[in-house]
Amino acid sequence: MDAHATTAPVSSPDHAHDHPGVGTYVKIGIVLFVLTFMEVAVYELGYNHAGAGFGALLHPVVVPVLMMLSAIKFALVAMFYMHLKQDSKLFSGVFVFPLIIAAVVIFSLILLFAYHYAFQKLIT
Amino acid sequence: MSHDTAHALEHDTSTGLDNRKLAIWTFIGSECLFFASLISTYLVYRGKSLVGPFPHEAWTSPAGRHFDPILEIKLVTVGTALLLFSSLFVVIGLNGAQRGNRGQLLAGLGATIVCGIFFVGMQVYEFTHFVHEGLKLQTNLFGASFFTLTGFHGTHVTIGVIWLSTVFILALRGKLPPKKALNLEMAALYWHFVDVVWIVIFPVVYLMK
Repeated sequence: MDAHATTAPVSSPDHAHDHPGVGTYVKIGIVLFVLTFMEVAVYELGYNHAGAGFGALLHPVVVPVLMMLSAIKFALVAMFYMHLKQDSKLFSGVFVFPLIIAAVVIFSLILLFAYHYAFQKLIT
Repeated sequence: MSHDTAHALEHDTSTGLDNRKLAIWTFIGSECLFFASLISTYLVYRGKSLVGPFPHEAWTSPAGRHFDPILEIKLVTVGTALLLFSSLFVVIGLNGAQRGNRGQLLAGLGATIVCGIFFVGMQVYEFTHFVHEGLKLQTNLFGASFFTLTGFHGTHVTIGVIWLSTVFILALRGKLPPKKALNLEMAALYWHFVDVVWIVIFPVVYLMK
């Protein structure tokens, strides 16, 4: 096959029928709303009612729980609303590869500066 | 060369994918790195401010002025819900555009724009409130990193509202038939990206102490 061969793009109106319907979008919307409510509930219980009961149990894990809920919301929007689940894997690659670099940059900088501040405290 | 032939050649690609859609995904990928740098900066400087106002703790200045914790979680939760709903509305509008349902397209797109305007309004109110409370860009590390991060996000939302409004006007004039739904899909992808960035910013800035 010719290396420079071209084909018609698949983003035609017919391709749109591969996308989920309005019902699925609404269900995902409800899940996103519930997850946001859970995030705020975790914040309220874990920080403002941390003295006793469920709040006391939640307090040490507020940050990981919030990160997990946020990651689920992120994935739902990317997969269903941005159609990465149905569209070409090339689009997923173009999005996910920089996302991995972004995550590495964030964690590297946090570690680097945590080390820097810890070292500063040690010498003062 | 006939007009039809020229049109076909213009859109045939080696990947079989529309170049415009690949371009918007590439742009979104680059935006991930842009916001990663802003979020890292916020996290690195988190809790390092020497003077208040602080996001989650009260503070009294050496002059004796008392500052309450500055973040308004309830207000921002409403803004977050609006942005999530707007993502739902835009995808419903896109579904209408792809299926030739003009009513669904206009309703979805109109609701998205209204939600976006309310979100920007919420952010303008929040920024104004903070400045009145004594938190400015130059006040402390929290102010500098907070205004830069959420300000750039707000700018992206504003650009998204303008972009969607132009598509809405096209749809109103009947210039968005199903074969041109990609014009809306690109704006919708940008809008969803703005939403997922806020999905990260909301817990990082407002909910994590």
